[in-house]
Amino acid sequence: MPALPLDEAGKYVAGAYGVFVTLILVYVAIMGARLQRIERELQELTELAEQRLKGRS
Amino acid sequence: MLATAIALVFFYAPNDADQGFVQKIFYVHVPLAIVALIGFVVAGLLGVMHLRTRDDRWDYRSYVAIHMGVIFGVGVLITGAIWAKAAWGKWWVWDEPTLVSFLIVFLLYVTYYPLRYSIEDPQRRARYASVFAITAGAFVPINFIAVRLAENLVHPRVLNQTAGDMPGEMRLTFLVALAGMALLYMTLVKLELTSKHARGQLRRLRRLLEEEGSPGGAAPPPIVTVPAKPE
Repeated sequence: MPALPLDEAGKYVAGAYGVFVTLILVYVAIMGARLQRIERELQELTELAEQRLKGRS
Repeated sequence: MLATAIALVFFYAPNDADQGFVQKIFYVHVPLAIVALIGFVVAGLLGVMHLRTRDDRWDYRSYVAIHMGVIFGVGVLITGAIWAKAAWGKWWVWDEPTLVSFLIVFLLYVTYYPLRYSIEDPQRRARYASVFAITAGAFVPINFIAVRLAENLVHPRVLNQTAGDMPGEMRLTFLVALAGMALLYMTLVKLELTSKHARGQLRRLRRLLEEEGSPGGAAPPPIVTVPAKPE
C-alpha cells in the first residue's frame, strides 16, 4: 500500500497516541478515586480511634 | 522521559521512506508491546520467588506486574489495529502470526483474573496464581521464538530492524521511547502496589479497632506492630 498523505495519516497517528494518553489518564483517574477512598477510610478510622481514646480518659 | 520521546518522535525522527508519517505509531506501539511482554516474564519470575519463599508480597508483585501488562496489552492491540488500518487497510489480519500470537498471549493473561478471584483461600489463591504466572511467563519467550521462526506475511520484524537497518535518529527515538515506557510501567506498578498496601493496612487497622471495640474483645496488639505486607 502506498504511504498515506499527511492529512490522512495524521488522523491515525493522533488516534494511536490519543489511545495511549487516554489509557494513562483513565488509569490515573481510577488511582485518584482509590486514593480518595483510602483517605476517607483513614479519616473514619482516625475519628474512631480518637473517640476510643476520649472514652478511656 | 516520555515527553522527550514524543518530542523526538515528532521533531527529530525522520518520516519512514515506505510508510511515511503513519510509521510514527511505531514509537508507541512497539515499546508498549515489549514492556508488556517483559512484564509478563517478570511476573513469572516473581511467581517463582513467591513459591520459593511463600511470602505474599512476591505474589502481589507478580499480580500487579500482570495487571499492568494486561493494561499495556490493551494499548498494544488498539494502537496496532489503528496502525494496521493505516498501513494495510485492515484493522486486523488473522493470517499474521505476530498479531495472532500477541492476541493469544493477551487472552491467556486475561484469564488470570477469573482464576485468581475464583479461589477464596488466600494461600491457595497465591500459590495457584504463582503457578499460572510461571507457566504463562515461560510461554511468552517460547511464543516469541515461534513467531520469529514463522514466515511473516506483512508485520515487520522490529528487533531485526533495530539491530540492522534502522537509521540512527529512528533508533535513538525508539530507545528513548522504550526507556520512557519502561519507566512508566515501573512507576505504575509502584503506584498500584502502594495503593494495595495502604488498603491492606487500613483493613487491618479497622479490624483491630473493631475487635477492641467489641464487648469481650481481646486486647489488640499496638497498631505500630501491623506487619508491612500488602493485603
